[in-house]
Amino acid sequence: MSTFLALTVVGLVTGCIYALTATGLVVTYTTAGVFNFAQGAMGMVAAFGFWQLWQGWGLPVWLALPLVVLVAAPLFGVLVERFLFRRTQNAPADQTLAVTLGLLLVLIGIANAVWPPDEPRILPRFGGEGTVQVGILVLSDSQLVVVASALAVGIGLRLLFSRTRLGLAMRGVVDDPDLLAMNGLEPVRVQQTAWALSSVLAALAGVLLAPLVQLNILTLTLLVVNGYAAAMVGRLRSLPATAAGGLGLGLAISYSIGYGPSLGLARFPGLLSTLQQGIPMMLLFVVLVLLPSDRLRSGRPQQARAPRVPGLRGSLSGAGGFVAAAAVLAAVLPTSALETGARALVLAFVVLSLVLLTGYGGQVSLCTLTFVGLGAYAMGKVGGGSLLGIAAAVLLSAAVGALVALPTLRLRGLYLALATFAFGQVMDIGFFGQRLGPSGSLQVDRLALLGLPLDTAPGYFVLAAVVFALGAVGLLAVRRSRYGRMLAALNDSPAACATLGMRIDRVKLCVFAASAGAAGLGGALFGGLGAGLVSGFDFVTLQSCVLLLLLRVGGVKTVTGALLAGTLTAVLPVLQQQLPSLGGLVFLVTGIAALSVGSLSGGVVGALSDLRSRVLPSRTPAPPPPPAATPVVPAQPVVRKEMAGVR
Amino acid sequence: MSADLLPAAVEAPVGVAPALELRGIRAGYGRIEVLHGLDLVVPAGSLMALLGPNGAGKTTTLAVASGKVRPTSGCLHVGGRHVNGASPAALTRAGVCRIPEGRGIFPNLTVAENLKLVTYAADVSVAEVTAMTYDRFPKLGQRRTQVAGTMSGGEQQMLAMARALVTSPGLLLLDEISMGLAPLIVAELYELVAALAADGISVLLVEQFARTALAVADYAALMVGGRIVRVGQPADVAAFVDDVYLGGTT
Repeated sequence: MSTFLALTVVGLVTGCIYALTATGLVVTYTTAGVFNFAQGAMGMVAAFGFWQLWQGWGLPVWLALPLVVLVAAPLFGVLVERFLFRRTQNAPADQTLAVTLGLLLVLIGIANAVWPPDEPRILPRFGGEGTVQVGILVLSDSQLVVVASALAVGIGLRLLFSRTRLGLAMRGVVDDPDLLAMNGLEPVRVQQTAWALSSVLAALAGVLLAPLVQLNILTLTLLVVNGYAAAMVGRLRSLPATAAGGLGLGLAISYSIGYGPSLGLARFPGLLSTLQQGIPMMLLFVVLVLLPSDRLRSGRPQQARAPRVPGLRGSLSGAGGFVAAAAVLAAVLPTSALETGARALVLAFVVLSLVLLTGYGGQVSLCTLTFVGLGAYAMGKVGGGSLLGIAAAVLLSAAVGALVALPTLRLRGLYLALATFAFGQVMDIGFFGQRLGPSGSLQVDRLALLGLPLDTAPGYFVLAAVVFALGAVGLLAVRRSRYGRMLAALNDSPAACATLGMRIDRVKLCVFAASAGAAGLGGALFGGLGAGLVSGFDFVTLQSCVLLLLLRVGGVKTVTGALLAGTLTAVLPVLQQQLPSLGGLVFLVTGIAALSVGSLSGGVVGALSDLRSRVLPSRTPAPPPPPAATPVVPAQPVVRKEMAGVR
Repeated sequence: MSADLLPAAVEAPVGVAPALELRGIRAGYGRIEVLHGLDLVVPAGSLMALLGPNGAGKTTTLAVASGKVRPTSGCLHVGGRHVNGASPAALTRAGVCRIPEGRGIFPNLTVAENLKLVTYAADVSVAEVTAMTYDRFPKLGQRRTQVAGTMSGGEQQMLAMARALVTSPGLLLLDEISMGLAPLIVAELYELVAALAADGISVLLVEQFARTALAVADYAALMVGGRIVRVGQPADVAAFVDDVYLGGTT
């Protein structure tokens, strides 16, 4: 019984933490319409700022705490609204998502630079070491502070949003800012207030949590990730349901840790630890899958022009030129550069799978690297470097991709992104963490083909170039095909596709499986890079997010964008090794790039081609003169069989 | 100019500034210009119907008058004051009330919560707002805790019109309040419009159903291709309406 009580206390406190972070997410979503991936990062920076003021510069706690939570945090929220989210107000969900991910990366980068992680920092707990008896539960002072704060925040927000005029305005502004203006209230002011409030909540959570976990950049940033599940229980709207979700989550984790070993699960330590760490993400996945179907969206005109799709001859000659250039480079460049180059090209090929899925199909996936990891795993286990291994990689990834797609087909935009994110996280914890280990334990053989010198750096570099070029040609061919037009139509207006009788689910399933298969092929080649060792760390979900962001930066519908994304992903870590003083360079560059193109939905490539078409005179021929008036002939009724019959 | 726009039959009150005056307004969305030099005057205390075929620029005219769309050139006067560049919220507080096309309500808030937000627009208390609204529309009183977006179209439009009812604006801009509603409800809403106009509120009314609008209007303006082509007594303008709607070039 006493074990049960102790576990309950721990679970409730953890639950309060989740509830607090999830509440911040819900508030941002209901008032600003943004699911803020950077919520945790904002709290993390606040916690570090608090440490700096209190422990670093010796300010008294009664001054440092309000300075951070009530002065700096709201200011930051207002700035974030002004410079980031005002521009993305009517943007599609994935673009807003990209901006919040970019903000997350920038904050991690800044924190890395300002507070280098190798220096230990400790934030003391609030309150003394005493304990308090609440009913039959015994809480320590610091636990009590967390519970009391969570309660106060929950009740305060409930009152704000249901009773006060300002709270109502905040809820209303999401749906219709113009209507709020017609009610005499500046929508921008209300949105700024909402962002300030959500920033305060993030800071409060960060400051409260840091002493209980540890003052670590990634830990604090990703802690909120566990809150996603609680927020989804409340469907990102209901605060009470969110709180209940958070508490339930905390209790489930606590009981699983306490009772798991005694339930006979101790014989499977891998399974047990997966269960304990994976509960929040599994819950998130399940809650998302159980969400009621959304109404099919109809399209809206988009600002950015779709990039021109080259014809077969153009793409073939481009590919030939690309491979020839790669062959020349292979003869010239030193080995280290060629290895980085091969990595860039393999990653660029992986990103091509995202162009298909996200650029053409409009489906956001945050678990690309999971499929890459599966491909590498299959290549390592099967065939010993033969084509059989490649086939296994493609098949495994495509099959898993289809399996993930099946329950998530109904989801779109944010919910799809979150579901893939949850899947990637679960795979991180349960599969890659267990099977590959953190430090590179799986040997993946390089592809051997027809006695070609692929085991040399130049040989592998040229192979990667050939694969990328073929992938690009194939991708563009798909875009020009009937299926490509169906994808583009689906991206534009699912509702219109449904009325045309298109089997939306089948098209989506195909594109998911194809994209996952391509990523698996990339994974098979990825495994053979360098020394041929892959670790679980190579495929973390956060890195998948970075890949998608960089593709967005480059231009989500373009091959060039994929090449840019692959190159940056491969080159930035190398740069960082050369210049260790620039901590968090990768994060910073990626994040800033993502933020700066937040309003540029065509990416860098789109912007460049816009610029070119503005500067250079148009080469398109003048439109043909309107046809001379022809007598109107009554149209013959045409009834085709497939139109008349219902398939 | 003003003389052409207000024919002799229009008896503008002497010495009182018109409720709304648009002079040479050019406005549009991005590179697409919708209004090509629009001139329109709504005399104080009158109800003017703005008629015209689809795409004539009626809604854009209301958007300019309410500050939502900034004109690229021309003058916007409300109650005799030059208000180019004022924000929609500022104009609302100054007494311009626009009921937008579709349902001008917050769909995820309850009826009572929607009404509470109305109190930002004018100096009225929540109690006054709810009392007046439920008195005029008893149906809304029965649904005060219902989420507004789940009500019928007619009830939603009544809720939207409540803002016009309780804030006693100086200028009321109505955009197609009959859209998608049953004739009985349309009749009820127009009764309210007529009553508001009788109280001295100046109204600019955009309507597709010309007959409905002309029945209550003091004056009518006919719009084609971003310009006003006729202004005058409803009966005079009515003669041109069919012609314009059916593709004439008047």
